[in-house]
Amino acid sequence: MESCCKIQGLTAYWFQSDIRIPLRKSQALFCKGTNRPPWLVPLPFSGLVSVKAMGAHVRKLGIRAVFAVRVVRAVNSLSRLLGRGEGTVIGGRVGLAIDSQLLRKLAQGRQIVLVSGTNGKTTTTALLREGWGGDVVSNITGANMPAGHVAALVTNSSPRVVLEVDEAWLPSVIRATEPTVVVLLNLSRDQLDRANEVRQVAQRWRDGLSEFFNNSNSGVVVANANDPLVVYAAEVARRVRWCAVKNWWTEDAVSCPVCTQPITHEGTWICSAHGERSEFLSWHCSSCGFSPSATVEAMMSTKAYVGAQSLELDLQIPGSFNESNALLALEALVVMGIDVHESLERMRLLRSVAGRFELRTWQGRTWRLMLAKNPAGFEALFHLVEDSKHDLVIAINANVADGHDPSWLYDAHFERLRGRRVWCSGERRLDLATRLYYANVAFGVSSDQEIAVNLSSSEPIDVIANYTAFASWYERSSPC
Amino acid sequence: MLRIATIFPELLGTYGDGGNGLVLLERAKKRGLDVSLHSVGIGEALIEADLYLLGGGEDGPQQQATEALRRDGSLAKRLDDGAHIFAVCAGLQILGTSFAVHGGNSARGLEIVDANTVRSEKRSVGDLLVEVDDHDLVGFENHGGQTHLGPDVKALGSVRRGFGNDGRVDGFRTTGVTATYSHGPVLALNPWLADELLAASLRIELEPLASVADDLYEQRRRVLRA
Repeated sequence: MESCCKIQGLTAYWFQSDIRIPLRKSQALFCKGTNRPPWLVPLPFSGLVSVKAMGAHVRKLGIRAVFAVRVVRAVNSLSRLLGRGEGTVIGGRVGLAIDSQLLRKLAQGRQIVLVSGTNGKTTTTALLREGWGGDVVSNITGANMPAGHVAALVTNSSPRVVLEVDEAWLPSVIRATEPTVVVLLNLSRDQLDRANEVRQVAQRWRDGLSEFFNNSNSGVVVANANDPLVVYAAEVARRVRWCAVKNWWTEDAVSCPVCTQPITHEGTWICSAHGERSEFLSWHCSSCGFSPSATVEAMMSTKAYVGAQSLELDLQIPGSFNESNALLALEALVVMGIDVHESLERMRLLRSVAGRFELRTWQGRTWRLMLAKNPAGFEALFHLVEDSKHDLVIAINANVADGHDPSWLYDAHFERLRGRRVWCSGERRLDLATRLYYANVAFGVSSDQEIAVNLSSSEPIDVIANYTAFASWYERSSPC
Repeated sequence: MLRIATIFPELLGTYGDGGNGLVLLERAKKRGLDVSLHSVGIGEALIEADLYLLGGGEDGPQQQATEALRRDGSLAKRLDDGAHIFAVCAGLQILGTSFAVHGGNSARGLEIVDANTVRSEKRSVGDLLVEVDDHDLVGFENHGGQTHLGPDVKALGSVRRGFGNDGRVDGFRTTGVTATYSHGPVLALNPWLADELLAASLRIELEPLASVADDLYEQRRRVLRA
């Protein structure tokens, strides 16, 4: 066998005779498409690009920040060289330690769109990036706290920026970046062992937005009107574009964010430009009267209504929840002055986001990989896969990135999977199997390696995995 | 007919607490017993049941649930009449004399059990392992409370891992009442406890029911004891 460099999953390997050597990213970039062996890889000190290359506004940063920018890049290059991950967080952290105002300084003079919410951040960010077009800076690795934002902003001086933001960090990132648009998707329970109590997050968003709009004459919030917690947070913003989308998860919104009495679901939304009514119900609190705006600027109903346009979305990424994400992204781009047809045209090119919804092969089979991290995410995917009667694989881990506590398994309606067999994998497969036992869903428990043999069908198999389980599935499989 | 009622799931159901009702219902059904599961909504009167379930919740909803139960006034009476209560986390605090709420204040509990809860110095988040007679109770806790039991109140068990009430013991067990800080679907992790509650409420001995839940219990026990 000839020596060559091949990518398998997320890792590149150097094949020589029958030996397979995993490569660091810098080595892979050097070897790919050539027959240069990886040990000839040059040290990537060229990564320490001059600050000048970042354009005029960066030169106005001041000595401290310029030094910080250089350090962020140096640390990230070093981290990549050592093969310690994507090298996006460590450098950002060091940079913020040198200059606590670094994020604010790097954001100055750019058009910034922030995306936050429990589910759909990464996909919506990708849709915005595609839809905007041209050179867009974004935290593509999903590092969504300030260190990740700093790391993204030092790589490129483009004035177009889309950042996904962790829910808990949103107020401080708004304060630092003074965004042009803030997109608020939804709020529901996620990783509760991190004391992320969802009402408190809504309150923090509300306080943060209120402060921002008191001090700023620009900025627009694009918000999901069908999520009472989002409405509670966004109603204080001076400029809001409301979007009505169907929600798959309403259990964190059954009680009113203002008075905690039950929410009533009735009535419909009206699209302001069309007069079109939504095919799904609106809501209000019959105790205190808290309710969303009756008219919305955009709506995802039988068609997508954005301003005066009615559109067939025809996205390549599946699921009606992604249509909702696209609707909010389109509305945000309208605010930025982008033609809605052009941005939709570009969004349609998106086929998968960080491996999600991608068809991959492993052990001679085809798998469609999907990520869900919390009850709302699972509900959305149950809806997507429910037409199939084939075996389904669900992989559950409970590492730090997943949250250590899988109690949320009882908040998702696994009962909807009755009538098909579910293979339980991942480190917490017994927790999942027990959940399915009580849901009266047929299940098998298997290690990942043995699943392929157990499957009854030869069709592509849907795999729903939570965060770190998804990463393992992605790594072991290859593109189709 | 065994009637199980989950109290205010909209307010007290933060961490998959609904799982406890489901586990009890299914374990009874799978044995062919006559059982029904109900939920009591906010603003509804407490229905008559043999076993009441109280889940966890955030400060606001917890206070609201306590007020609603106090207004209703029938929970203590049902307990005197022989009903059982199983409470986790905030539900445990509600049954006591007082509990800490946002802003350093204290709220009055239902005073069904002599147990008062103050704000703990630091939040307890992580695995919980409690020795309860011949069993282990395995679970996960996430709360900021420290609970002191009155002299006549027996704790549920001794803490081997985690914090529980105070780092030494967890929960309490009085006539008809069982409570633990292990939140969420703790009965899914501890089938023995689910069966104890069913047996006590039905006043019968139960046939064993082997399932994957036993494997889960043994696995968690092994992991948490390590």
